[in-house]
This record gives sequence, C-alpha cells and structure tokens, in this order.
Amino acid sequence: MADDRFEAPDYYQLDDLLTDEHKLIRDTVRAWVKAEVSPIIEEYAQKAEFPSQIIPGLGEVGGFGPYIPAEYGGPGLDQISYGLIMQELERCDSGLRSTSSVQSSLVMYPIWKYGSEEQKQKWLPKLATGEFMGCFGLTEPDHGSNPSGMITNFKDMGDHYLLNGAKMWITNAPIADVAVVWAKNEEGRIHGLLVERGMEGFTTPETHDKWSLRASITGELVFDNVKVPKENLLPGKSGLGAPLGCLDSARFGIAWGAIGAAMDCYDSALRYTKERIQFGVPVASFQLTQKKLAEMITEITKAQLLTWRLGVLREEGRATSAQISMAKRNNVDMALKIAREARQMHGGMGITGEYPIMRHMANLESVVTYEGTHDIHLLITGMDVTGIPAFMNDGSQLKNL
Amino acid sequence: MKILVCISKAPDTTAKIAFTDGDTKFDESGVQFIVNPYDEWYALVRGLELKEANGGSVTVLNVGGADSDPVIRKALAIGADDAVRIDAETTDALYVAKQITNYAKEQGYDMILAGKETIDYNGSQVAGMVAELMDAPYVSLSSKLDMNGNTATIEREIEGGVEVIEVNTPFVLSAAKGMSEARIPNMRGIMAARSKPLTVVPASEGSNSTVVKGFTLPAAKSGCKLVDSAEELVDLLHNEAKAI
Repeated sequence: MADDRFEAPDYYQLDDLLTDEHKLIRDTVRAWVKAEVSPIIEEYAQKAEFPSQIIPGLGEVGGFGPYIPAEYGGPGLDQISYGLIMQELERCDSGLRSTSSVQSSLVMYPIWKYGSEEQKQKWLPKLATGEFMGCFGLTEPDHGSNPSGMITNFKDMGDHYLLNGAKMWITNAPIADVAVVWAKNEEGRIHGLLVERGMEGFTTPETHDKWSLRASITGELVFDNVKVPKENLLPGKSGLGAPLGCLDSARFGIAWGAIGAAMDCYDSALRYTKERIQFGVPVASFQLTQKKLAEMITEITKAQLLTWRLGVLREEGRATSAQISMAKRNNVDMALKIAREARQMHGGMGITGEYPIMRHMANLESVVTYEGTHDIHLLITGMDVTGIPAFMNDGSQLKNL
Repeated sequence: MKILVCISKAPDTTAKIAFTDGDTKFDESGVQFIVNPYDEWYALVRGLELKEANGGSVTVLNVGGADSDPVIRKALAIGADDAVRIDAETTDALYVAKQITNYAKEQGYDMILAGKETIDYNGSQVAGMVAELMDAPYVSLSSKLDMNGNTATIEREIEGGVEVIEVNTPFVLSAAKGMSEARIPNMRGIMAARSKPLTVVPASEGSNSTVVKGFTLPAAKSGCKLVDSAEELVDLLHNEAKAI
C-alpha cells in the first residue's frame, strides 16, 4: 500500500468538543497505527492473516479494555476515549478494530461487570496487555438475529457444568485463551461461562475464505461435553440482558469505528481526485465529483456530532440501547455508502491494494451485518418510537396492545 | 543525572499557514499544535534514555502561555518526570533564553537539551544563547550523545564527516536527527501524566527586544505544465521562466 498520508477531516471544529487528553489519546493511537500497522495491513489482508505481532502494541496504546479501571490492569479511560481509540483503529482497518472491540467490550466488559473478584483478578490484567486473548460466543448457526433461541446449553453435574453446543462467526476464536460463552441452563435461563483453551471437548476451527475482515481471525466454538468448573460461571448477571449489555458497549465502539473508515475513504478520495488529472484538469474540479465529496463530508460531520453526543450520554450512564442502535446503524451505513462512492472515485485504482478503499468497503459489509444487522437496528428504533416490537411476523405480539 | 529539556510548541505540519494583524502575527485559529519534533524526538527521548540508563530525572521546560499545556502534557506522557512552564508571551530568542537561564541557573542541571531548531520560525538561537548566559559549553546540531560519569561524548555531523567532542557537565546541547528514535506514548503514560507536576513560574523581568514587522508567504506554486518536446521545454525555460 502507498504511504499513509491520512489527514483527519474536522469540518465543524469538533476538536473543540474534546479535552486535551482526548486529543492526545486519539493522536497517540493515530501515530501508532501509522507507524506500526498501516505499513503491513494491506499485505496481511491480502493473505488473509491476522498480524499477531501487533498485539502487545495494541495493548500499550489502550486497544484492550480502555475503560477498565487501573486496579484490574486497564487505563481507566472514559467512554469518548474508548470511542476515539476505536475510530483510529478502524480508520486503518475494521478487522483491527474488531480484534480490539471484541477483547474490550465482549470479553473484558462482561468479566468486569458480571464476573467474580477472582475472575477479574485472573483474567483482566493479562487481557489488558494482550498476554491473554479472548472471544465471545453468542451467535449460533441457526440463531443470529434471534439469540434467545440458542440451543447451546449446560447441565449441572454436581461438581461441574457439562457444556454442549456450537457458536459461529466468532472473532478471535482460533487464538483465544478464554471464550465468554452464553448458554442456557436446564431451566432455559441464559448464563455466561468462561471456557478456557485446553478444556477437553472444546475446539475452535477457523473460518476460511472470507472476502471481508481478512486481517482479523474468525472461527467457530464447538463444545462437545466440555466440563466447565463451576467457578467459571459469571455470577453477576443472567438472562439475555447480560450479553446484550456487552453488545451495547461493542456497538458504541463500532459507531465510532465506522467514522474512522469513512474518514479514510473520504480523505483518500479527496486527495486522489485533486491529484488525478483528466481532460487537463483535476477530477475534483468536476461537479459530479464535488457533489460526492460534499455529501461525504456532510455525512461524516453529522455522524461525528451524533457519536460525540452519544459518548457524553454514555459517560453519564444515560445512553439507551436504542440510542446506541441508531448510531451503529447510521454510521456503518454512512461509512459503507462512502466507501462505495470512494471506490468509484478512485477509478481502476480503487480496486487495488494500492489504496485502502476496497478493503474498507469489503470490511464494512461485515460491520453492517454483525453486532445487530442494519435491519434489526431499524426495528429497534421502530420499536422504541412506536412501542410495538416488529421482530416477529406472526402477529402474536399485537394481542396484548 | 539531572536533565532539563526545553520544548516549544509548533504548528502541526499539516496546518494551513495564515497571518493576522497586518501580517505581523501567526493566525493560530483552528491550528493544531504539537511538540516541536526536534525537541520531542531527539532532545526529550535521548534525555529519557540517559535517565533510564543512569538514573536521575528529566524535567521539561516551556516558555509560553497556558495554550502550551497540552504539548507539555504530551512530554510528560512520553516519560518526563515533571514540567515547568514560564508564563510569558514570547517573540524573540534572547528573551526566551533569558527566561530559561533565570530559572535554570539555580537548579543545578547536569545538561540542558533542546532541539536544533523549531519547525515554525527556525531560529536555532535559544540553546546557544542559554549556554552563553549560563557560561556553559555549547554543542550544536548533535546527532549522538553518550555519558560516562560526568563526561559526555557527542557526535556532530559536519560537512563530509563526523566531529567527535568530549565535554564535561554541565553543558548545553542542541539535538538533531540521529540522536534517538521517536517514542509514541502509551495509555499508561498518558494516565500517569495527569498527576505529574506542572509548575507555572511567573516570567522574570525583561522584554522582547525585537519586533516582527511582517511575514510573507512564498508565492503560490503554479500548476504543472506538460510539454511535448525538449525544444519546447528549452524555449519555456529560456523565455518564460528565464532560468537558462
């Protein structure tokens, strides 16, 4: 890939809304990405390999559990700092951000919020440095948008639990030392279990041939009569609300991350069209190009404002799941549309690894699907404003109105 | 080993440069500031490396207003132990050098390090003036610094080669490329910087002795012109550009 010449757009001087520390954190991650990841990301995406050598550095710059308090090995940053870190990581690659947000929001967050003190002390400090990697198992082959239908289950065997079932589309699965697995007990109640690498009957086959998130590693979790010690159950919360609480945190990070991908596509398109000469003039001097650039920077600016406000609300503990849904859906959709437009604006060069555009575009096809599909998030907003859930179509939920 | 590193704030290299007040003042509105790279990458990082190898402390010093605090915090995040800001509005090098000297002369520093120049005004004057005012030896444009007890071995790149100098502490040095590798702060450092002391010291007596009468920007670059033949190129260079 060509040199990383990224310059962040800030059309509405939104930096004024950030503290000096926020800007230092953002600029630090940006500098680390430019120095350590930008030079290699295209090569790793092309060969569909996760660059595991960056894990310690990712921990150093706060990529693993930035809001985890210092007593558990985290830096104890605020929610806007978390968002800015995700923005800068996804500015480079959605797969890089996925690795970080899974470890942060889907592994460290539930252990921090729902775990016992022993679980927190055992796992969080080493997850914060990247010495341990983790993954999160909720989605199943037959249960994606409907996680409450999961069939993965565990039985109380007296001195341990016996876990059976399978999870798929699990980021970090093949390299995880620990999996936060959501499964039903004999009463059908969902609980979180910490399943450790090496437990008999637990395997993590890798998912191959992805056209998206190629620099991030994905796999399945297979549980074949896995004996899980009783102290590995997360005691603090059960029911579907437990994993959904984790998803709120992850989706919040994705809303910020998508802005990063959009900014990179816009920045590259702006530079390319100003430098590319056709008919004797820069491509940026054509009205159709300017329309696209103007719409891109407008959408990015709107998303930045939406997300900053969401960050303030989340820091105050006032952000609702529906508000997070809106930001995730809006921002990922915005980024995907910008990536597609930017791909065209780069002409033939847009399909090569010389520019990051097609990698972003392909990555965002996953991002618009995982952590709640675009359509499911529309239904969440629809339910929030009407009070009527429309997730199922048998009409049964209308009987109680 | 007690080390003082002088740092300036400088506009980010991507900043749009404009002037106000009849082209006598740099327009800072909307401009992002960074630690002057020569101060950060070479003077500060080498100072930290020497402290890590030999023990001691690294203090960063800035002469400027409260708008310098973010870049001072970055220096603390990279690893400096504490910071001093001399609260002054500066326009000339002698005034800055006197402020630094008035503060530093009673502090007993083994060495005072600064970048070879700032990337905005490119004065290259302050470190030399501080040395003169403190009656200390000065080594400019240094690309390597090693300590053995109280003796420093310093390399300077000179025309066609390298000059090696030995000097005893205390001394003043300006740092150039080669001195060290830039460091990216980590989150732990950023959090630690919150509680490191940043002491604001009132400016000592004195005033700026030079007055900026105006800044001018270089002429805008004209567009690229494609020519079809060597003859046309020679003709344009001769008759239009008058370069040959």
